[in-house]
Amino acid sequence: MTTENLLILAAVIFTIGAVGVMLRRNALVAFMSVELMLNAANLAMVAFALARGGLDGQVASFFVMVVAAAEVVVGLSIIMTIFRTRRSTSVDAASLLKL
Amino acid sequence: MTIAAPSFEWLELSPLLIVLVGACIGVLFEAVLPRRWRFNAQLALLVVTLVAAFAMLLVNWGNGATGLLAMGSVTLDGPAYIAWGALLVFGLLSILVFAERQLDNGATAFAAAASSVPGSNLEADASAARLEHSEVYPLALFSLAGMMVFAASNDLLTMFVALEVMSLPLYLMSAMARRRRLLSQEAGLKYFLLGAFSSAFFLFGMALLYGYAGSFELRAIDAAITAPTYGPGILYTGMAMLAVGVLFKIGAVPFHSWIPDVYVGAPTPVTGFMAICTKLAAVAGGARVFFVALGAERWAWQPVLAVIAVLTMAVGAVLALTQTDIKRMLAYSSVAHAGFLLVAIVGALSEVPGGQVNSVGAIMFYLIAYGFAVVAAFAILTMVRGNAGEVNTLAGWSGLGRSNPVLAGIFAFLMLSFAGIPLTGGFIGKWAVFSAAWRGGYAWLVLAAVVFSLVAAYFYIRVIVVMFFGEPNRSVVVGRASGMTWVPVAVGAAASVYLGLIPGPLLDLLAQAEVFLR
Repeated sequence: MTTENLLILAAVIFTIGAVGVMLRRNALVAFMSVELMLNAANLAMVAFALARGGLDGQVASFFVMVVAAAEVVVGLSIIMTIFRTRRSTSVDAASLLKL
Repeated sequence: MTIAAPSFEWLELSPLLIVLVGACIGVLFEAVLPRRWRFNAQLALLVVTLVAAFAMLLVNWGNGATGLLAMGSVTLDGPAYIAWGALLVFGLLSILVFAERQLDNGATAFAAAASSVPGSNLEADASAARLEHSEVYPLALFSLAGMMVFAASNDLLTMFVALEVMSLPLYLMSAMARRRRLLSQEAGLKYFLLGAFSSAFFLFGMALLYGYAGSFELRAIDAAITAPTYGPGILYTGMAMLAVGVLFKIGAVPFHSWIPDVYVGAPTPVTGFMAICTKLAAVAGGARVFFVALGAERWAWQPVLAVIAVLTMAVGAVLALTQTDIKRMLAYSSVAHAGFLLVAIVGALSEVPGGQVNSVGAIMFYLIAYGFAVVAAFAILTMVRGNAGEVNTLAGWSGLGRSNPVLAGIFAFLMLSFAGIPLTGGFIGKWAVFSAAWRGGYAWLVLAAVVFSLVAAYFYIRVIVVMFFGEPNRSVVVGRASGMTWVPVAVGAAASVYLGLIPGPLLDLLAQAEVFLR
């Protein structure tokens, strides 16, 4: 595959993730969509590294994976706490803070 | 293939390393110390860490150490010195408020057991046993270290990692309030989801800029813009997505929607911490990206940021008018202040007459003056209490000036500083940022900013009127706080007076330290 195709794929995955965050009502699914966006960025960086012939982009994708793992730990703990309190992970139910 | 060992400037990086090591030792304390010692040990560790880091910063400043550190991933230059110093001072002051235990019958503002379900037996048992999360101090230190890196990072990858290091502990701390835990957990969830969403945009923008320049380094991006090999489409897309991530952290419209909810839901000491430290790091790091990496492309981003600045000031000032909750009002006021800061960023890179600060110096002065006032204001918010914890409603604060003239007087002064009334630090800050934008040729923007400062002055002064001329509310008392709260209040108020009356020394210091190393 050429770099261009890889980039188009990355953009499509990123868009799917972004739309998912905005449309899905379940906090877990929204969070999974964010992870999809991070992976799209990883794909883009690896594709650029291929095109540019450097290693920076590939190394960066490992950093992103580590960061994403840390984000999962924090995110799931927050979502779990909310679920135990409310028995629901819907982001619409969490509306106490509206004006 | 041999790999050369990376060079590492231990002395120059020591302020940052000390904070990180302090945070790690704090985690160890949690593991090995008996529960009854942890609070005092963590507090001592916190103070020692931040004072030692500040001392090493002064040593480096005395040595005149500048340059690219850690294989070119961190820059130590004038703005980095100022940002690090300010972060350490504001970090110490606002984290001290975390340790206030006199206001709520010997308990801190944090939940006894954050994992327990609100209203459950587990929660009641944990409260009765006087458990507390002393993990918040190492968490805050980690967050502070992330902010320090973010303000000084020289490549986008370091910046992304720093962004996450500063955000992840904040998500957790926002969800850990002792009172009104449902609100607090909701704030944590919103902050987390929106924060992760925005950092994904930052990351994709960074990937695109990497593709454009072939490097993550800020100077390499600048070099690629001056001698382009690709068309500008990928550059503009990357720039816009990167800006989304930075503007989210700054709290600019239309990426501000988390600010009111998270500021209200989070425990007030945490709100104070993120109100200044996050904003300072984000503005300093954002200015570095825009000036150093994207400075050659400023004709593209200046008009957009100018529009965003106007929107931010308008939304912040107008919505703050309608609030009946002081914490929420301060949240919207923080949005408005983000707008004033953007005004100075827009006036970037203009010619500066001798003896005056440039755009970066103006931003830093504004942040420092605003920071002292914010630290003190949120510390005062924790002291005004009713039966169910803090009372943040404007009605609850009615008549506070008659029952507690000293506290209300200090709060009134801080409000005047936020509003930018002459003889306060806030006035000099506003003057500096507006003149930076004026020199940058954005007279219309300065005019809009002055109008919105007038609108903003109305709601600050409304609080003063309610406090001094309203009927006293008998169910509201001012708690007898310990030095943990009073020290930040006193330092913040004194510094606001000092910066208003004698701004010269700080302005001179900033004039020496306002040029980004390229």
